[in-house]
Amino acid sequence: MILDWTALSLSLRLAFWTMLILFPVGILLGRRLAWSRLPGKSGVEALLALPLVLPPTVLGYYLLVAMGGQSSLGSLYARLMGRPLAFTFEGLLVASVIFNLPFAIQPMQRAFEGIPEEVREAAACCGLSRWRTLWRIEVPLAWPGILSGLAITFAHTLGEFGVVLMVGGNIPGETKTMAIAIYDQVQGLNNAAAGVMSLVLLVISLAAIGLSYAATTRRKGRHA
Amino acid sequence: MLEQPEGLWMQVSQSLPIPLEATLTCAPGEVLALVGPSGSGKSTLLRTIAGLVKPASGMIRCQGGVWFDSDQRIDLTPRARRVGFVFQNYGLFPHLTALENVVEAIDRGGPSERRREAGRWLERVHLQGLGAREPHQMSGGQQQRVAMARALARNPDILLMDEPFSAVDRVTREKLYLELADLLKGLSIPMILVTHDLDEATMLASRMVLLSKGRTLQSGTPDEVMLQPNSTEVARLTGNRNIFSAVIRDLDPESGELILNWGGDSIRAEPVDGLEIGQEVSWVISPGDVSYRHPGTPEDRPAHTYLGGRISTLVRHGETARVLLTLEGEPERILLFSASRQMVQRSGLVTGGEVRIALPSHKIRVFPLLEEPHEQRHHLARSRIGI
Repeated sequence: MILDWTALSLSLRLAFWTMLILFPVGILLGRRLAWSRLPGKSGVEALLALPLVLPPTVLGYYLLVAMGGQSSLGSLYARLMGRPLAFTFEGLLVASVIFNLPFAIQPMQRAFEGIPEEVREAAACCGLSRWRTLWRIEVPLAWPGILSGLAITFAHTLGEFGVVLMVGGNIPGETKTMAIAIYDQVQGLNNAAAGVMSLVLLVISLAAIGLSYAATTRRKGRHA
Repeated sequence: MLEQPEGLWMQVSQSLPIPLEATLTCAPGEVLALVGPSGSGKSTLLRTIAGLVKPASGMIRCQGGVWFDSDQRIDLTPRARRVGFVFQNYGLFPHLTALENVVEAIDRGGPSERRREAGRWLERVHLQGLGAREPHQMSGGQQQRVAMARALARNPDILLMDEPFSAVDRVTREKLYLELADLLKGLSIPMILVTHDLDEATMLASRMVLLSKGRTLQSGTPDEVMLQPNSTEVARLTGNRNIFSAVIRDLDPESGELILNWGGDSIRAEPVDGLEIGQEVSWVISPGDVSYRHPGTPEDRPAHTYLGGRISTLVRHGETARVLLTLEGEPERILLFSASRQMVQRSGLVTGGEVRIALPSHKIRVFPLLEEPHEQRHHLARSRIGI
């Protein structure tokens, strides 16, 4: 089998859910950080940016420890759901969300920072409720950044290797993603399969990133 | 405490981050101009009314409702205060059309009804047919009109305008002044205009408050503030350059007038309580209150001071001319007066020419020369000069 369809579908599923969860999380945190003047702001920003510089294996190790049956989080999850968190798709999703926080939040934060304060004040002075301000004014204006954050998250999740291997292991249909399948094929000297799967991943990632850049450029042209 | 249940009544004070010590009132239908140099706190004061800035202490009431009361811990959000706010750069929603911008501010009626009402507001500001344009497709003047329509469409309890003309060119501005004056005339809410331009205040406002360093220095009609300053600081801030120092030489036993020694010349001024002979003072006269004397006219009117000097500079500015007069003495003094264009032509006023002028004593304002802190100077000047 040249293309591991199970692994591809798992990768896409993981990328989709990670993106879906980080959509509201990124908006709320990015927006909060953009306008916060609290003294602890840079500390929170540093913490959220940590996955950018930490080796994926280190982050994966800590997540594995946190999700394991020995930990309170791991045992609580196991008691509630009747199955462990580590080495499952759900565990992988939790890790993926955490690992992608900076990739989703940073572009969104920059986009919210770009909204003129006067525009936000005008929304308040027009009597718009917080929700209406968010959906009618802020999200449309920050949309290029939000889209870009989501696209990068999607592409980045597809390509993640270290964290996935640490937290998920290599269980077909449960935690074996495309990136790991490619590694397996190379290990098995099956270069043809590795080449095809790499190309598929490349095309999907390029499409996701390209789409976000195209959207950003088009909107910038309109509201420059 | 509440002298004015209707309209706006506010009294706020704080020392940080920006010092504020201000009391303001604005009646329904009145246009009040907040005037002051940049950094005087005028915009901050306006934003305080809207709830965008929270003062350390004070009270803000508008149209019968309490918007802010530090004692009662009342602090309504900007959403809950019914304000119409025109921002300096308009703060239009850039991704919405002109019509949609106005629709957002209307909180009553169904969608089609709101669009119809927004359309009516656009017509009132002469933007019919432009509702489908986005802000970036409109000129500065058109954007300002959208901002005005949006501010009023909310049916606000007060209209707040923060330097609404600063982002448009001069020609457009002249046109907008007339339009705005016409629009404001029909409104029965308090209206506050922040500006650093005295001409703008004179043109649009019925009353003005002069601010400096967050304090209200003087309020009155624009003419009152400019022609009857209650301190040398007010005179200086309103652009009056005729601020001089002198010493009280004597009191006229008959008229009770002060006689000032100004570089050897005697200047007659109306009496001011609390000043003593020998005291150093400042005196101020508006350039428009200095009158030119034709050669040969008698100089015998009571309560007038007659002086002679040489014209050092004459600058024509539209229908009037600004004349700088150098008066000999120790030290040499320069006094500014304005003359109409006809007078300049008829009397042959030229640079270098010798002229006589008259200073009516009731137009001269005398203030004790103090080097004490600003706060005290303000207080003294107000309590000693009755206006």
